[in-house]
Amino acid sequence: MSRAASVAMRGAVVLVLVLGIALPAIAYEKVIAGLSQNRISITASFGGSELLIFGAVKRQAPIPSGPPLQVAISVAGPSERVVVRRKERRFGIWVNSEAVEIDLAPSFYAVATSVPFSEVLSPEEDAKHKVSIEQAVRWLSAPEGVADPEAFTEALIRIRSKAGLYQLAEGVVQVTDQTLFRTRISLPANLTEGDYWARIFLTRGGRVVDVFQTSIPVRKVGLERWIFTLAHEQPLIYGLMSLALAICAGWLASAVFRYIRS
Amino acid sequence: MQVYLPIAELSVNVLLLFGLGGVVGVLSGMFGVGGGFLMTPLLFFIGIPPAVAVATEANQIVASSFSGVLAHLRRRTVDLRMGIVLLVGGLIGAAAGVQVFAALREIGQVDLLVKLCYILFLGIIGSLMFVESLNALRKARSGQRAPARRHRHLWVHKLPLKMKFRTSGLYISVFPPLCVGMLVGVLAAIMGVGGGFIMVPAMIYLLGMPTKVVVGTSLFQIIFVTAFTTLMHATTNYTVDMMLALILILGGVIGAQIGTRLGAYLRAEQLRILLALMVLAVCGKLALDLLLTPTELYSVGAAGGHA
Repeated sequence: MSRAASVAMRGAVVLVLVLGIALPAIAYEKVIAGLSQNRISITASFGGSELLIFGAVKRQAPIPSGPPLQVAISVAGPSERVVVRRKERRFGIWVNSEAVEIDLAPSFYAVATSVPFSEVLSPEEDAKHKVSIEQAVRWLSAPEGVADPEAFTEALIRIRSKAGLYQLAEGVVQVTDQTLFRTRISLPANLTEGDYWARIFLTRGGRVVDVFQTSIPVRKVGLERWIFTLAHEQPLIYGLMSLALAICAGWLASAVFRYIRS
Repeated sequence: MQVYLPIAELSVNVLLLFGLGGVVGVLSGMFGVGGGFLMTPLLFFIGIPPAVAVATEANQIVASSFSGVLAHLRRRTVDLRMGIVLLVGGLIGAAAGVQVFAALREIGQVDLLVKLCYILFLGIIGSLMFVESLNALRKARSGQRAPARRHRHLWVHKLPLKMKFRTSGLYISVFPPLCVGMLVGVLAAIMGVGGGFIMVPAMIYLLGMPTKVVVGTSLFQIIFVTAFTTLMHATTNYTVDMMLALILILGGVIGAQIGTRLGAYLRAEQLRILLALMVLAVCGKLALDLLLTPTELYSVGAAGGHA
């Protein structure tokens, strides 16, 4: 072993020891989690789905004393840019006036916690890990020309919460003996395609102890897949097919009705 | 029973869609309107994204109009010659309308302009038709016949390039029908509808065509204009949802057949009063939406898209 390598290794050992002494609980508690479905297929009869998220805490030492273990789980759909418009009364009628573009707005976002959110994560940790809905919906650079851009993000969250696309469920994650946890997250019927990310946060006293992250691909399958692909890759053929379908249906209906009458 | 729409990317009830298609189909068959001016707002209401609703609706109108026109062809109530003249104007107008639409979108107030267009045209046409058919009905009831209008001489009859439209019993210049077709094409492209609700009154009141012929001829022209629109949407915006279209079509074609039969039993004046009332109702609803304080002042749209 070269001298440099041995110095580096010794350094690493010291670092691990220091960390181990400073944060005794952290290094020994890890999340192991599973999902009831590791991919979601959108078929023609897809009408929403329920995701069961469960797991356990792996420890090398006894359960540490101090604040109890809490769990926060978030499931996020693919992020997109959206425009939020505000109506204003002008000349007696309501028209869209100001608009704010929000750079990152997940198409779906659900947060489930074991106790009220503020007790699971401190505001600093929330800002760091972007767990709450308010943190997940944001712009990269603050929009210009609007006095109150926050009102627009609030409106987006309000509208999407009403549609069931943004969910905050406090106190629904069941934690057993500070070791096992489980919760259910309902996915709405109007799910968009993409990679969804589930994140599980273990916390103590509002601080994150460990994070587990896994992706859940949401894909159209079968006929849905075929139609979607054709529409995007062969739009002319798709358009002509749609027309042919319309003409055939029109003719068929006419012929059937004439047959019934005669 | 739910079905997931692959392009609209949401799940909806099949029976609800089927029913909507059916009701609008009945109206389409009865009045010779594509029904887009009713269906498109209804689709918005059940949560279909506007871009998908407009494009798919065009595809559905093709089917219900085709089914309707076949019934009218057998009854010989389609003026093919007039239809083709209107169509030529319609295609020119639609192409121009798409450009106007793109220009309005640049300014950013396209939604408002579309709505104001609806209110203006629906309001004017609805009131005119309502008053006129009410008068006609009253005269018919008191025993007097409405004066025959076939030989009125307006400025439109003094234009050159006269053509015989045998089915309509007209001998007029090609310019008025060409202009009507163009105007309807422009409005159809801007408002995202077939344009029948504008064309039917225009044919009756501007061109002086008999009501019986108007419906079939209007349907004939609508097929081609909406087919053109469907292709444009499919190739530029990828917003035609075949699954949604298929369900609406199935409901629509059946409805259109029923509507055509019903139309044959109703008198022309009654038909016009019903259509006028419906047009006024949609107009009133749209006007109220603009006048009343909305419960939600904010709306969400895709970035760079048409909300």
